[in-house]
Amino acid sequence: MTTLHIDLGNLPALALGCTVFAGGGGGDPRIGEQMAMEAIREFGPVEIRSLDAFDDDDLIMPCGMIGAPTVMVEKIPNGAEGRAIRETYERMFGRPVTAVMPFEMGGINGVLPVAWAAYAGLPLLDADFMGRAFPELQMLTPHLYGMSGSPAVITDERMQTVVFNTRDNIWLEKLVRNCVASLGGSACGGLYPMSVGQARRPAIAGTVSKAIRMGETIRRGGGDPIDSIVRVAPVVRLGQGKVVDIERRTSGGFVRGSALIEGLGTDKGRLFRLEFQNENLVVLEDGEPLATVPDIITLLDIHTGHGIVTEGTRYGQRIQIVAFPSPPVWTTAEGLRAVGPRAFGYDFDFLSVADRHA
Amino acid sequence: MREGGGLRVGIDVGGTNTDAVIIDAQDRLLAKVKHPTTPDVTTGILTALQFVLEQQDGAAAKVSHVMLGTTHATNAILERRNLNRVAAIRLGGPATHSIPPLSNWPVDLKAAISCGGTIVDGGVEMTGEPIVPLDEDAVRRFLDSVSEQAEAVAISGVFSPVLSDQEYRVEELVREVLGDVPVSLSHEIGSLGLLERENACVLNAALVAVAGRVTAGLNNAMTANGVTAEAYIAQNDGTLMSLDYVRRYPILTIGSGPTNSMRGASYLTGATDALVVDVGGTSTDIGILSAGFPRESSTAVEIGGVRTNFRMPDLVSLAIGGGTIVSESDGTVALGPGSVGYRLTTEALVFGGAVPTLTDAIVASGRGSGIGDARRTAGREDLLQRAIAACDVRIEDAVDRVKTSGRELPLIAVGGGSGLIPETLAGVAGVHRPENHDVANAIGAAIASVSGELDRVFAYGKEGRDEAIAEAVRLARDEAIRAGADPAHVEVVEIEEVPLAYLTDPVARVRVKAAGPLKTH
Repeated sequence: MTTLHIDLGNLPALALGCTVFAGGGGGDPRIGEQMAMEAIREFGPVEIRSLDAFDDDDLIMPCGMIGAPTVMVEKIPNGAEGRAIRETYERMFGRPVTAVMPFEMGGINGVLPVAWAAYAGLPLLDADFMGRAFPELQMLTPHLYGMSGSPAVITDERMQTVVFNTRDNIWLEKLVRNCVASLGGSACGGLYPMSVGQARRPAIAGTVSKAIRMGETIRRGGGDPIDSIVRVAPVVRLGQGKVVDIERRTSGGFVRGSALIEGLGTDKGRLFRLEFQNENLVVLEDGEPLATVPDIITLLDIHTGHGIVTEGTRYGQRIQIVAFPSPPVWTTAEGLRAVGPRAFGYDFDFLSVADRHA
Repeated sequence: MREGGGLRVGIDVGGTNTDAVIIDAQDRLLAKVKHPTTPDVTTGILTALQFVLEQQDGAAAKVSHVMLGTTHATNAILERRNLNRVAAIRLGGPATHSIPPLSNWPVDLKAAISCGGTIVDGGVEMTGEPIVPLDEDAVRRFLDSVSEQAEAVAISGVFSPVLSDQEYRVEELVREVLGDVPVSLSHEIGSLGLLERENACVLNAALVAVAGRVTAGLNNAMTANGVTAEAYIAQNDGTLMSLDYVRRYPILTIGSGPTNSMRGASYLTGATDALVVDVGGTSTDIGILSAGFPRESSTAVEIGGVRTNFRMPDLVSLAIGGGTIVSESDGTVALGPGSVGYRLTTEALVFGGAVPTLTDAIVASGRGSGIGDARRTAGREDLLQRAIAACDVRIEDAVDRVKTSGRELPLIAVGGGSGLIPETLAGVAGVHRPENHDVANAIGAAIASVSGELDRVFAYGKEGRDEAIAEAVRLARDEAIRAGADPAHVEVVEIEEVPLAYLTDPVARVRVKAAGPLKTH
């Protein structure tokens, strides 16, 4: 098998794929992309390796940014946060980190760990713990397997480092969220540190290379973007329209709000309401859900097929509303308890788009 | 506002030609003129204005509005010419060091504009609290180090749209150290998104001298022709701004050229959905008309290879036009990047000059009958044929990039260099060259909208968000109507909301822009 690298050539494709699988959240990957670009320019390409390429005892560092992406587009990281997290773990575990892993595959967090891997000269694992983006720290697959997110390491641009050892992952979410809010609404973190052996069950494999393929397909373009996208992943069209209102507020380390989308073309006369908490949670029409978490609801630029992140949604944008079926791990009873619509306070059940067609 | 005789003059200053038209209150084209752009801008505008007024008896006294569209700023950036040397100061350390100022800029543009960039400790959190205290000494040291080169300063602070005190404070420091240099503050230019706002701020600072020359040129030209009308300059979203505003925010004129030519193309053909290709002397812009207006880019826009967050027509721009210099090295034909610009009519081969240009290629390939003297291209046919072939490939590729569906659209070719466009193009349902296509841009300027803007902090507590936005929209509309817009056709073109999370009550900075056609009776 040929070794896959992330270099200056395919980095933009990875970032673009991350906008599509982000479900509106995870932040604009541009910041992560540019950080990775600076890092790759200086330290060279990053090797992508699958779990099989490591020994069971190897230590992996799942990492990313935590908090409101609206903050990250202003308060860009210092760059040394990844090193601070890694050194903290290495001191704690008494052995070196062998691979860097994106804990979520969407938005900025699909790309930011590439920068840290480049700085550290480490490979990047071709896997993540979400298969998309989610807003909270118990919404990672290891949580479903009863694994602990602690010790978690949070660090900021001032190089302040805080280590969390919590009773459970719900407490971890609560304490980290408060800490991140105090640090200005966004910070960098390492979570669920584990050995490769432990990661084999929860890891959703191949998600980094899948995002690169998605990005490359869209970049090649030509014709209706959806036709390109469906070649890489099954997708369902929910409607097309124009953003006529967007309400966003940043509070407690999240961006919450909603967008109203007025139908255009074949959807003229329809009115969609999209609600989000960092990621898109539900699309409603006449008060009824059209699609819900954990399916990946994404707004695509009607012309280019690029995913539009929550903070980039603007009045007047022409968009397609699409949904990708969730990774199967999230649609089990256990999975839905963690990330289904009821976990976000909605009074209705998960409505799968998997059986509908594009 | 002066009512006058209700005549409007639209002027378009391109890199090659300065065009002028007169339009009456019913939007009818009364007169047009095309005149070579001059090195000193003023003369070109002055002469074009004089010639177009001569075509209508007593017109000067009846002109109520003069609208100028100019690609000066765009061309200055594309050609890296006449740009101020800018010192870029970012207030944000220890955050943001992972992506320094002007990262990812094209190397030559950075070389033409930047005389240094720095990140000093400072900036604020989204809550308005300092990230760390502003390092004023570092600002002074940096300013001292660039004092010999800096012709303008761009100041961009983390979260400055939320709290702009530090940007103002650093402006004071610039006054202390460098005296009276132009300063651009990022919070006045862009919205949230540090890198894009900073890029736009640096470009703005680089364009101040260009803007000064253009506005002075327009003022002088009007005075010399005895015209006392209201003067406006067109901006990126197809609306007009006052001259004072242009001098402070020249970056906003970027993109007005394509908007004007697309609106003009729609006016000339009646087409509402079409591809529009505007070939000037220096550049070619390709965009899409949708319902009579340019399709706007929904993603960040690149200007000269630099990412910004302006709302602009969704365009593909090529640095080729009728004046583009054709050369050859090692058997490969090169198009530009240089252009003979306004010297086309003296330097191009067909006009007796010695520089092979794309206009010569147009003539040599038989696409441009009646331009200059075709015999003068003798001996250069091979180079010129290969140039036109290379040009066709680039245009076809660009048209394909602009189109985002397989649907064939008609293509409207406008602009002085539109001979460059072949009769057939893949994926295009017919090429149209409307009468007066050569002044589409000036017509677009003459029919541009007037706008009103509101930028104010609202407390949502008492009335709630919906009422606050409704109030903001009402005030922006009133402003547009006061500026002369027809109340029946004023529309909201932009709403932007920046929540100010540092206050306990829900409070937001709301910007609304409304625009409509001039009320002419």
